[in-house]
Amino acid sequence: MTQAAHEPEMLSGGEMLIRSLKDQGVEFIYGYPGGAVLHIYDAIHNQSDVKHILVRHEQAATHMADAYARASGKAGVVLVTSGPGATNAITGIATAYMDSIPMVVITGQVMSHLLGDDAFQETDMMGLSRPIVKHNMSVRDPADIPTIVKKAFYIAESGRPGPVVIDIPKDMTMPNEKFPYEYPDRIKMRSYNPVKKGHSGQIRKAVNALLQAKRPIIYSGGGVILGKASKELTQLAQQLNYPVTNTLMGLGAYPGTDRQFVGMLGMHGSYEANMTMHNADLILAIGARFDDRVTNNPAKFCPDATIIHIDIDPASISKIIQADIPIVGPVKPVLKEMLEQIEQSKLRVDDETLGLWWEQIDEWRQRHGGHYRSDDSEKMKPQHVIQTLCKVTKGDAYICSDVGQHQMFAAQYYQYNKPNRWINSGGLGTMGFGLPAAMGVQLNYPDAAVVCVTGEGSIQMNIQELATCKQYQLPVKILCLNNGYLGMVRQWQDMNYESRYSNSYVDSLPDFVALAEAYGHAGILIESPDELEAKLTEAMAITDRVVFIDVQIDPHEHVYPMQVPGGSMADMFLSKTERT
Amino acid sequence: MRHIISVLMENEAGALARVVGLFAQRGYNIESLNVAPTDDATLSRLTLVTKGEDRVVEQITKHLNKLIDVVKLVDLTEGSHIERELMMVKVRATGAQREEVKRTCDIFRGQIIDVTPTTYTIQVTGNEEKVNAFMDALSGATIMEVVRTGVSGLARGDKTLSL
Repeated sequence: MTQAAHEPEMLSGGEMLIRSLKDQGVEFIYGYPGGAVLHIYDAIHNQSDVKHILVRHEQAATHMADAYARASGKAGVVLVTSGPGATNAITGIATAYMDSIPMVVITGQVMSHLLGDDAFQETDMMGLSRPIVKHNMSVRDPADIPTIVKKAFYIAESGRPGPVVIDIPKDMTMPNEKFPYEYPDRIKMRSYNPVKKGHSGQIRKAVNALLQAKRPIIYSGGGVILGKASKELTQLAQQLNYPVTNTLMGLGAYPGTDRQFVGMLGMHGSYEANMTMHNADLILAIGARFDDRVTNNPAKFCPDATIIHIDIDPASISKIIQADIPIVGPVKPVLKEMLEQIEQSKLRVDDETLGLWWEQIDEWRQRHGGHYRSDDSEKMKPQHVIQTLCKVTKGDAYICSDVGQHQMFAAQYYQYNKPNRWINSGGLGTMGFGLPAAMGVQLNYPDAAVVCVTGEGSIQMNIQELATCKQYQLPVKILCLNNGYLGMVRQWQDMNYESRYSNSYVDSLPDFVALAEAYGHAGILIESPDELEAKLTEAMAITDRVVFIDVQIDPHEHVYPMQVPGGSMADMFLSKTERT
Repeated sequence: MRHIISVLMENEAGALARVVGLFAQRGYNIESLNVAPTDDATLSRLTLVTKGEDRVVEQITKHLNKLIDVVKLVDLTEGSHIERELMMVKVRATGAQREEVKRTCDIFRGQIIDVTPTTYTIQVTGNEEKVNAFMDALSGATIMEVVRTGVSGLARGDKTLSL
């Protein structure tokens, strides 16, 4: 043992913060310096274990940290200054909160004695962030910093994950005030004890219902990915031979190329997924929250279905749709116990009845099955672009999406066979998420193919990060489905506002190829479907810099299916002329 | 339906704001709320009265439980319980009214805790219903000011809300 173990090292608040992050195993933090955090930045400068990534706008720092968390399952870390630094981080914190992503956001604050005096760059970050964090803490004594950091990671990563904010007044980090440093091994809190397993009696009830179902479906969400239960989900589904649908957040939890996968469900879900849900007599919901983008009108939701709902958060159960058999617990141990109980049960799945159900599902698959009009070969169809991307990347890239039509196409037409590969802002729908998200993934997985699927609207919300890509040599691919419109807005205006395109036309677009080159990157323009595959292949082969791929797509394409507002899950528009 | 939710939480800055913020964000209503430290100074006990359908109240208790500062909570109205509220009311007390107010106060076992030649300040404790009834009984008098603590309560018998 070293002497340090007996006599703790004396460190300043700023040094303790950085040392705590190191001891927590943090490799990268994403941030932007400013007055209130200068002592902390000085502490960063004096060590080399924790590396700081300088973004060009604080929002990008939060999305980088968030995407790292989505890809790795570990909390990402953000460091920003007080006032505008903190408020710029708000959108990213809310994005993480809505999708239950673990993140630790450290915000600077004015000196304690100035708090409440409207000091320069003061903003009440505790108050501002309260509704969009799992928890927030303010440092009142520098000696508490190691414990507070440990607590922040514990809260962010355990239970239903979420962002945690630590607000640090500048005087808590004074370089000349030293304190004994010790990083706690673990933390125990009397007021926070996340549930570790499900109730066995409830699981038994669920298994009985599950094995007696005639028209079952498994509806799995982001919770399966957060709960690292993809393997158990796949095993359960394949053992039972039941159809599986994934939510937008759950894509990749079950292999997208498998026969039992009926596609994404919901507003832009596949015809067969929505039909299977609507006609099911049993729904096994796993780590999904019956979001309004899934259920359509709750009053008309799946009228015949018994609902089993597994979720770690009791507040998600029976919030929108009443669960018949609720199971509160982490999905992984619950699914494991389910598998054991199925093994021991005397009940067996009736293959004949299930066969009839599959016949019906296959018929639905035949009827629509992700078809889109491709008769007009002159025009580049966005669906075809995504399918080609999937082919060129062998379905194995990290796809980091922005928000809009391209996001839905990337969800529908890329086949995700692994969890943590599809990274998008599902709950908050944050435009500008895609590029920083791709950067966060690329930094942590330098050898992986990382593609930001975006549109010419979304990409301009954080395009300044092309400079960060250059500084840290992050060779992400930016696939911009450029239709010259805010496509999803325009689609709604087509469908509900008699095509009055109020402010959905993006005029004065930059020359993206030239712009990419100006930042020191590569740019490729794709105008015709004939050159699509060759140019995409060429783009993917460039691995030493960013490639901005500007794809000129059919400006009038819509995302289908689309649920009819106020209807059931089975009420869908299937094309511009067809509805169920 | 009226519910009394009693919450044991960390006696820390910002804890109350989290509870109140939750009600504001999610559109739940608060009829009354009170909070003070317990015998253990690290803990506060907060009691709030809310009205809503069972489904909404279930969501309220689930969301309160999710707050990191909340240690434990109980919906007192689910079982047999005792509830009390304290009210102080200042009334004009002159002429014939002076005797009448005093009589009403006695009937409700209230106490006159401040007197001037023209006013009485009366303290009444009881459940919400009794306190309301006293207010109604005073309707003949001129009420100058009213202050109520809001409801506090605990379960009857051995049941406790403690660590």
